[in-house]
Amino acid sequence: MAGIWQELPRFLTWYNGIFLLNALLNTLLLSIIGCLAGGTIGLSLAIIRCARGRAMAVPRAFAWAFTEFFRRLPPLVVLMLAFFGASVARVDLTLFQVALIGLCLIATASLAEIVRGGIVSVHPNQWDSAAALNFGYLRCVLTVILPQAWRVIIPPAISFMLLFIKDTAFASQLGTLELTYAGKVLTTKGFSAALSYGTVLLLYFALSYALAGLGRRLETSIGIPADR
Amino acid sequence: MAFLQIADLSATYGRSPVLSGVSLAVEKGEVLSLIGPSGSGKSTLLRVLIGLLPPQAGSVTLAGQRVDYAVPAALRALRGRCAIVFQQYNLFQNMTVLNNVMVAPLKIKRRPRPEVEEEARALLGKVGLSAKLHAHPSELSGGQQQRVAIARALAVKPELLLLDEVTSALDPELVQEVLDIIRLLAQEHMTMIAVSHEMGFVREIATKVALMSEGTVVEIGTPAEIFDAPRSERARAFISKIIRAH
Ligand SMILES: Nc1ncnc2c1ncn2[C@@H]1O[C@H](COP(=O)(O)OP(=O)(O)O)[C@@H](O)[C@H]1O
Ligand SMILES: [Mg+2]
Repeated sequence: MAGIWQELPRFLTWYNGIFLLNALLNTLLLSIIGCLAGGTIGLSLAIIRCARGRAMAVPRAFAWAFTEFFRRLPPLVVLMLAFFGASVARVDLTLFQVALIGLCLIATASLAEIVRGGIVSVHPNQWDSAAALNFGYLRCVLTVILPQAWRVIIPPAISFMLLFIKDTAFASQLGTLELTYAGKVLTTKGFSAALSYGTVLLLYFALSYALAGLGRRLETSIGIPADR
Repeated sequence: MAFLQIADLSATYGRSPVLSGVSLAVEKGEVLSLIGPSGSGKSTLLRVLIGLLPPQAGSVTLAGQRVDYAVPAALRALRGRCAIVFQQYNLFQNMTVLNNVMVAPLKIKRRPRPEVEEEARALLGKVGLSAKLHAHPSELSGGQQQRVAIARALAVKPELLLLDEVTSALDPELVQEVLDIIRLLAQEHMTMIAVSHEMGFVREIATKVALMSEGTVVEIGTPAEIFDAPRSERARAFISKIIRAH
């Protein structure tokens, strides 16, 4: 501990502060964009996957394959696939963008599965009633099924999102500046691992804590009781 | 030709046949009561009629038009003229009573809100639920939910109303309030196919009774013919069973 106190004056510089802020911002960006893209695309995929009828067979198969594939791979492998995919396709992307795409794929697949679980949890007789009243598939999903599915979807979606913040650390493997990468850089600059990673740990914790608070507010706003 | 003509209708769940060669005719203003043992295919017949299960063979003709269940536009047209009330009410759990009744006329038929709301309030008044407009289904008794389900079905102004054992999930003391409404509809000459084992009630309102067994109609006639002088052995056995139960 005494070592950390001695390091501290040298550590607390404007330069390091801005460096860490930058890293925090990138972690936040990766998390938020990943969740937003994953939430919207995942929702769409789940809706496609639950559709019935021969006309939807191909989109349904695609949604199924996409979800199962990216949900089962380790996050790091998905990021590597995104990296090699981008270089094979010769698209010119920054490492940050490549990492972001990989993370969006992961979030999309996981959230699609969570939404699907919510959709199938709604009693099948709700579909019958809607169909008999001439509701089309999409209208039934949007006005009858999803409003009943939210309370099943939201809690696991929020816990996924909180865990997903940790997945963004894999972006460091692609050399993207985010919190984990910042910790690595600080140790190579000669700061102790305890101080460098301790700071990073605190920042992760603060981020996750703030987002968890947001999540709880969302849960109570849709009528899910707070912890019992 | 009758208003609703069902000819040689067959249907299967997966591989197992559930309906085989059902033929029935219902005239405008008639009330056809379907009776028969559990598992004889009564619910399935109603599900096929409203297009929830595609028929395997046979034909359904409504108001002179043969219904092609494989064509979405034909299915929509059919559902514009028929409505169904389920045994388990199946109200939309996320909507208030009033919205359950308004949603189809408003969102599907795209009629103006003031008009739809006025009709919905009148219908809910008719079924005795004016005090519960803003309640959610989970806050209502079974009988109240079933009355909302009837109002919801009537809101699309059906020419044919299908009723699937609408009182059999209800506590005995709640049965009458639902039967009263159906009796009222019969007096207004609503064309109905009602699956029901309430014998006294069937005798009172049905113009015709069809007895189903193992996926086919085994006997059809007036309530008096079916209940007092059943011809087939299967009909006799079933009738004596429900008489004993009452
Ligand atoms: N969803 C289903 N899947 C498979 N078989 C079913 C299903 N629903 C009903 N059946 C079968 O179809 C037959 C007729 O059922 P149903 O129409 O519900 O009879 P009823 O309404 O006369 O009691 C029964 O043998 C039942 O087991
Ligand atoms: Mg039944």
